[in-house]
Amino acid sequence: MYCIIEKKVLAPTITKYLIEAPYVARKRKAGNFVIIRVDETGERIPLTLVDSNTDTGTITLIVQALGKTTKALALKNEGDFILDVMGPLGNPTPIESGKTIACIGGGVGTAELYPITKALKDAGNTIYTIVGARSKELVILEKEMEQVSDKFYITTDDGSYKRKGFVTDQLKELLDANLGINMVYAIGPLPMMRAVSNLTKPYNVRTLVSLNAVMVDGTGMCGGCRVTVNGKMKFACVDGPEFEGHEVDFDEMLLRNHSYTDMEKISIDRFLEEPHVCRREGMAS
Amino acid sequence: MITVNKMKPSERMKIPRQVSIEQKPDERSHNFKEVSFGVDEERALIEAARCLECQNPVCREGCPVNIDIRSFIQLVYQKDFSGAVNKIRESNYLPAICGRVCPQEEQCEQVCTLGKKHEPVAIGKLERFVADYELKNNLFTPPSIQEKRPEKVAIVGSGPSGLTCAAELAKLGYQVTIFEALHAVGGVLRYGIPEFRLPRTILDLEAERIKALGVKIETNFLVGRTETIDEFFKEWGFSAIFLGTGAGTPQFMDIPGENLNGVYSANEFLTRVNLMKAYKFPEYDTPIKIGKSVAVIGGGNTAMDGVRTSKRLGAEHAYLIYRRSRTEMPARLEEVHHAEEEGIEFMMLTNPTRIIGDTNGRVSGIECQKMELGEPDESGRRKPVPSNETKFIIEVQTVIEAVGQSPNPIIQSTTPGLKTGRKGVVIADELQRTSRDGVFAGGDLSRGGATVILAMHDGKIAAENIHKYLQQKAH
Ligand SMILES: Cc1cc2nc3c(=O)[nH]c(=O)nc-3n(C[C@H](O)[C@H](O)[C@H](O)COP(=O)(O)OP(=O)(O)OC[C@H]3O[C@@H](n4cnc5c(N)ncnc54)[C@H](O)[C@@H]3O)c2cc1C
Ligand SMILES: Cc1cc2nc3c(=O)[nH]c(=O)nc-3n(C[C@H](O)[C@H](O)[C@H](O)COP(=O)(O)OP(=O)(O)OC[C@H]3O[C@@H](n4cnc5c(N)ncnc54)[C@H](O)[C@@H]3O)c2cc1C
Ligand code: SF4
Ligand code: SF4
Ligand code: FES
Repeated sequence: MYCIIEKKVLAPTITKYLIEAPYVARKRKAGNFVIIRVDETGERIPLTLVDSNTDTGTITLIVQALGKTTKALALKNEGDFILDVMGPLGNPTPIESGKTIACIGGGVGTAELYPITKALKDAGNTIYTIVGARSKELVILEKEMEQVSDKFYITTDDGSYKRKGFVTDQLKELLDANLGINMVYAIGPLPMMRAVSNLTKPYNVRTLVSLNAVMVDGTGMCGGCRVTVNGKMKFACVDGPEFEGHEVDFDEMLLRNHSYTDMEKISIDRFLEEPHVCRREGMAS
Repeated sequence: MITVNKMKPSERMKIPRQVSIEQKPDERSHNFKEVSFGVDEERALIEAARCLECQNPVCREGCPVNIDIRSFIQLVYQKDFSGAVNKIRESNYLPAICGRVCPQEEQCEQVCTLGKKHEPVAIGKLERFVADYELKNNLFTPPSIQEKRPEKVAIVGSGPSGLTCAAELAKLGYQVTIFEALHAVGGVLRYGIPEFRLPRTILDLEAERIKALGVKIETNFLVGRTETIDEFFKEWGFSAIFLGTGAGTPQFMDIPGENLNGVYSANEFLTRVNLMKAYKFPEYDTPIKIGKSVAVIGGGNTAMDGVRTSKRLGAEHAYLIYRRSRTEMPARLEEVHHAEEEGIEFMMLTNPTRIIGDTNGRVSGIECQKMELGEPDESGRRKPVPSNETKFIIEVQTVIEAVGQSPNPIIQSTTPGLKTGRKGVVIADELQRTSRDGVFAGGDLSRGGATVILAMHDGKIAAENIHKYLQQKAH
């Protein structure tokens, strides 16, 4: 059992959790994730380790309430327990130095990008950060991201905050400006990571993406998280989650990630009908 | 050796071998309840009376953990069921499991003297009977631990090898902790072997008995990531470590269409159903999709479990596609038998060449090639080669691949100096020692895929040698 020490709503549907998990906290590196299970009947889902504190033995997760599991988590309060937390999983991000890097976060992907950006900044790279969100209220970690960036940009789809448009619009401008950007990290929804990869390819700029494949165990035991990279089968949980964006078969991944859409709907509808669910919180989306 | 049965051997040989009481095939193929209820007391007593009480009980040598079969059967005959189960437990701490999943026909029962001319004594069924009797009547008392020892031993992986090693070391008085990556213990017994062959209540109880010996269990702990072997020695103060992490990484066939939705490794399919209880969706959140027809590829226990599970999830057609013939199938005889009764459609000498998808990226069919048997290969089995017949397509919505597994590389890659061999198995000698001092290994991790009882054998041998190793170190 893993105790929620602190809970804070960052944006509608996006919540930050501080959870007591001392073993995981000790070992966390940028790019790692955990698999959690909220309760006995729950599913195992992967979540990025945004931060950790070895003194307090806590880890930080930032989660968007999308479906049954993430909404059930959102109903938990400080002092409540999560049944299972396992990690740290996945290969840590290789932290290089002396580069000029564009870090691009979309939606809740910004949370996943934050520890990587911070580590890259600490290693002495020059960082151009672009954070994208649908609208102003969904922009998260603005202050934190700005602190670890040399240059910082925000785009919103609806123009309600800063630049109107997509992260790729901003990135194209930066690439065209010949700033010497020689590496790109992109984490966000699959269509965004695909768009970024497509954009950077003709510029020949190495692009790393973090693939959010559907996972079960997270240890390499089921193969459910398999993705095609450079024509080869890889398991996202143990070979990744980061891969070369120019080599990923995004179309296949998009299809795979919708394997269970119909059943996910059954789950969430059933969950929202349960009497004990506080509708306001459960539905905050 | 004394005998307890007054009947003449010729009379004993006339008694027919007793059969288990089972759920009817058309009923059980729609539920997840245990297929077999085993034998009842009456049948157990009749069966025990069949044993010839051989002066040279060869059955014992046929058992990888060397159970004193003759003595335990004599105790059954004398109606001392509790004594019988304790006799088994001297050699094997998990009798309720072995009696259910051990391939008896290739081991103890294969060499049984009675089996030379008649049917062998149903040793496995008797084992299960006494274990269940003890469970039902709550007769278990943990063996007393003579002497507490200060040394700490870490067991990595909670499959049958790890559980057995932990139990044996705890009985010797060591401070034992099991580390398991998943949220529940049991390894393949938990996530692979289905409920209808091994009820989870049995597994849970056996796990409780391991705890009753004072063994600590840490779940959600992936050794190699959460903590490394070197840290276990240096920072955690473990004096010896047993690796029983199994062979859990699934292999795929490498044919077109394997990443279509609806293609599962047997591991994923069975994990969703067994560990995550997807068969109870939506009461349990983890989904599984089955469709009208399912093709399962392979001929081992894993394939058999996959195909029988598919049927239970509602598949109208559940095909078992295997590239060799019936006689080469490595699955347990009883399971093949049960599968047939349940209406599984066997397609022997058939090899899949391609998985076909629809426009939504979901499986719609599987293309196969008929095979024929050629010359024997290095395993001594006749090698299947493609026949001249044209390929054909079967319409299916789900494909489950059960074509082999290899060890998970996480520990090997984070433990310097740990020698590995073919397919990444950890090399262990006959004392289960690895190339690293104080590190022992066994089960599927060192065998690359074997059986529950061989895993238990390794766990037991490892425990004996860890004991010797620690005794030597202390002096
Ligand atoms: C390595 C990795 C790191 C991630 N980090 C974060 C994070 O830091 N914050 C965050 O909010 N989200 C993160 N995700 C995504 C998160 O796991 C999914 O949002 C979550 O599983 C949705 O579950 P649900 O039951 O709430 O929604 P559902 O309604 O079940 O599913 C919504 C969508 O989530 C995906 N999904 C569903 N089940 C799983 C599963 N078992 N494994 C993976 N994806 C699944 C599917 O694409 C699905 O269409 C990460 C995913 C991966 C693979
Ligand atoms: C579906 C199926 C059906 C089978 N049916 C039969 C049968 O009927 N009869 C029979 O005799 N045999 C059967 N077998 C084979 C048998 O189950 C195995 O040989 C046996 O379970 C091997 O035991 P083990 O202890 O080596 O490892 P496993 O049972 O594989 O257990 C290994 C455990 O280690 C854990 N682990 C792995 N890596 C780590 C790590 N880094 N840190 C912590 N924990 C870790 C895993 O999560 C797992 O729980 C079957 C196998 C399968 C897959
Ligand atoms: S453990 Fe297996 S081989 Fe040994 S006696 Fe029991 S059934 Fe036979
Ligand atoms: S070999 Fe068969 S008959 Fe002889 S003691 Fe063993 S079980 Fe009994
Ligand atoms: S999640 Fe099972 S292998 Fe990656």
